[in-house]
Amino acid sequence: MSEEALLTTKNIFKTFGEHQVLDDVSLSVKPRQIVTLIGPNGAGKTTLVRIALALISADKGSVIKKSNLRLGYMPQKLNIEPALPLTVRRFLQLGQKKLRKEINEIERKLLKMQIQHLYNQQIGNLSNGELQRVLLARALLRSPELLVLDEPAQGVDLNGQSELYNLISTVKDEQGCGVLMISHDLNLVMSTTDEVICLNKHVCCQGQPDAISNDPAYLRLFGAVEKNIAVYTHRHSHNQDSKGNILPDVTTRR
Amino acid sequence: MNSLSLLLTADFVIFALAAGIALALITGPLGSFVVWKKMSYFGDTLAHASLLGISLALVFEVNIQISILMVCLCAAFVLTGLNKSSSISADTILGIIAHSSLALGIVMLRFSSAPRIDLEAYLFGALLTVSGSDLIWIIGVSIIVAGTLFYFWEELLTTTVDLDLAKTDGISTEKFQLLLSLLIALTVAISIKIVGVLLITSLLIIPPAASRNFSSTPEMMALLSSIVGVMSVIVGVLSSFLFNTPVGPSIVVAATMLYCLALVTTKKLRRN
Repeated sequence: MSEEALLTTKNIFKTFGEHQVLDDVSLSVKPRQIVTLIGPNGAGKTTLVRIALALISADKGSVIKKSNLRLGYMPQKLNIEPALPLTVRRFLQLGQKKLRKEINEIERKLLKMQIQHLYNQQIGNLSNGELQRVLLARALLRSPELLVLDEPAQGVDLNGQSELYNLISTVKDEQGCGVLMISHDLNLVMSTTDEVICLNKHVCCQGQPDAISNDPAYLRLFGAVEKNIAVYTHRHSHNQDSKGNILPDVTTRR
Repeated sequence: MNSLSLLLTADFVIFALAAGIALALITGPLGSFVVWKKMSYFGDTLAHASLLGISLALVFEVNIQISILMVCLCAAFVLTGLNKSSSISADTILGIIAHSSLALGIVMLRFSSAPRIDLEAYLFGALLTVSGSDLIWIIGVSIIVAGTLFYFWEELLTTTVDLDLAKTDGISTEKFQLLLSLLIALTVAISIKIVGVLLITSLLIIPPAASRNFSSTPEMMALLSSIVGVMSVIVGVLSSFLFNTPVGPSIVVAATMLYCLALVTTKKLRRN
């Protein structure tokens, strides 16, 4: 892991009005690394990501990007004006004029198995899960060096969620890109993530997923949630079983 | 019918049709952006401000079209800048600029040494008085607007679809938003002669509104809008001769009828 980081944020501070959202937050993403931000609502996860992407500016601190970094960004949601007709196909082509035309084999396969049947549908008519896959596909089409995903599994059912996280993990392995993502559920991203940063305005704890799940700071933040999750722990373990099987599953569909 | 064919060979009718069609061709795609970005009030404000341009031209005795163009471009710059840095909503600022420039324009007319001008010609257009040099001006600006739209289409469209996605794609969205404003300003400036200050926005928004339900992509909507616009101009100009009605409003009435037809057709299609 001596590789140069793709993106580093250093000592970021941000307040909205009186409200301090980020307090001295630093993070860094390297190639072939999945960094997951977790934290409760209002913890500043999205704000941090938006600062890292230069969509908003920080009050203090710096963002260092590898020069000419190719970004693939998957926003939490898309607010497309209903008066704007847009098919999935056209959405995926959007802004491709100046980008590299060659789409490598892997991406093409990924696209085909996931969303080909949606190509001619209007983007406004997609279900939540379908939209998430289309947004991910668009991010992948840029052959990104860094994928930034804001709650990629939002509104997707439990099976779909693990499928999505596995897909992200596959993409990382095959393309060697770095991934920065926001998730609300450590259990789901546990097996696919390399580093977890637990954020609640400041970095509460950070490290490998198994270490984090026993960290007192993590338990203090998520202890209550963990109890709720315990209700479906059994189902969850099934899910994790199938997680391992999903990859061959997907391949057979090809 | 004989008189109609005679009419169609008259210079002023050909000039009127050519000017109207040139404008309709660019208001198709540009108007689609106005509808997608909810900028119709922005267009209206520029149209009101252009009346100030007319007054300035009369008072200082400069070329009226250059004056209108300058005022529209300035207004577009000011509006685009103000939107970012104010705690008052854009809607209110647009209203203030629209009506204060209109009022200022009318007040200033009193200081002009020119004989009483025909205000109605500017408010509702005077397409039949389009001269050869007017026509060159209108077609020239139309080509510039069309060329710019074509060249930057992907950037403008991506910025319109989602600002964040456009930014992460490396598009400088603020530049393209300003560009769009300037293109609207140019278009408003050349449309005064054709449909007049009060009706310009309608030519920008009615054709796209009529085309929305028949389009599956942005390009299709832009193209259909141009077709609807051209049809409105032709029907409007011809009917203004047949029924001796003012030409600008006739074009807008024709566009509105096409819009209603589109509404009825969509409802029928949905039912089947």
